[in-house]
Amino acid sequence: MLALYLREVKLGLRAGTGALTGVLFFLAVVAVMPFGVGPDLNLLSRIGPAVLWISALLASLLGLERLFQADREDGTLDLLVMADARHMLAFTVFVKCLAHWTAGVLPLVAVAPLLGLFMNVEPAGLAAATLTLLAGTPAITFIGAVGAALVVALPRGGLLVSVLVLPLTIPVLIFGVAASRGAVAEPDPFLQPFLILCALTLFFSVIGPAAAALALRHVD
Amino acid sequence: MRLAAEGLSGERGGERIFSGISFELESGRALAVTGPNGAGKTTLLRIIAGLLPAAEGRVTLSGDEERWPGVAGACHYLGHLNAMKAALTVEENLAFWRAFLGATGLFPQEALEAVGLGGIGHLPFAYLSAGQRRRTAIARLLVSHRPVWLLDEPTAGLDQASASRFSALMREHLAAGGIIVAATHLPLGFETVEELRMGKRQ
Repeated sequence: MLALYLREVKLGLRAGTGALTGVLFFLAVVAVMPFGVGPDLNLLSRIGPAVLWISALLASLLGLERLFQADREDGTLDLLVMADARHMLAFTVFVKCLAHWTAGVLPLVAVAPLLGLFMNVEPAGLAAATLTLLAGTPAITFIGAVGAALVVALPRGGLLVSVLVLPLTIPVLIFGVAASRGAVAEPDPFLQPFLILCALTLFFSVIGPAAAALALRHVD
Repeated sequence: MRLAAEGLSGERGGERIFSGISFELESGRALAVTGPNGAGKTTLLRIIAGLLPAAEGRVTLSGDEERWPGVAGACHYLGHLNAMKAALTVEENLAFWRAFLGATGLFPQEALEAVGLGGIGHLPFAYLSAGQRRRTAIARLLVSHRPVWLLDEPTAGLDQASASRFSALMREHLAAGGIIVAATHLPLGFETVEELRMGKRQ
């Protein structure tokens, strides 16, 4: 399984499609936001964490449809399904998701504090937004895996994945933004939404791979 | 060890393409599945591999249930696609499959030498010719041990020398007690073969 993880990360980085596309998209969305909203620093710092979260959500949906499609195109998927007796397919999917997250989404989390500065978010808010992204974005990848598994046989499934997955990611977005706001806006709590966010990630880390494995087993 | 199929029927897209296929293979035996295009050779192999559900009938593997509890887990499947990543080197690809499928076979370098590709382990898979890609996929069969080989047009794209080298590898596998089911148009190049002729049903 470690071999699978390392290979997937290597592929994600080496093919040049994963990490950089997501980061550039993230950068583009956050960078144009102040131009659209206007130079009101108070407003920017208030909506900053939400903008970071929305952009990260959309950026991490990019490239999700390739999660299993590339494996199906070169025949790898057949062998992964057949190896079920040795490596449970749901666990294989889990490891693939983790690798996808490491190569494609972790860089987003890493640049989030920098981009938060563009939005005039104060240091505590930056830390909170980064922490919530770190805890919450894996859930998006696990949910996305289900969508990716469902459309694996379709040649242009990218948009369909986003449409399928987006409604399910709304709770993650709500609690992610609530926690990052809670860290700076005084009466709002930070810990409760943050813990629910962690719970969502744990919940989807089980449900997502299991559902995706079920879909992959019935591809054709 | 015995691989048996009883009354298998296969469907593609809701249409029955073959039915009533039965065979029994003891250790050391090979089955050549022949027939015109569209007769369902690939479908049959995929059903044996557990990648497609059988419409009727079942496939069983008996003899060593402790080590190989299921049919799919005991099979190597060499389909039309080579299951290699273009962005990785040949050796990285094989090393991954060896680690993932279980390191019970040859080392990648040895497996590459066995298929006559000794010197190219460091090249990205994308740089190889079609025949070399096929031979790399054949080398995958050697890096981890599986008693049953399911081969779909294994010699497609191979030159004469590589094809005869591959039949030597298949003979070795059979001599070691393996089982081979191969869908092919060409003779496999050895004697211990039963033939299953699949016709187009109208």
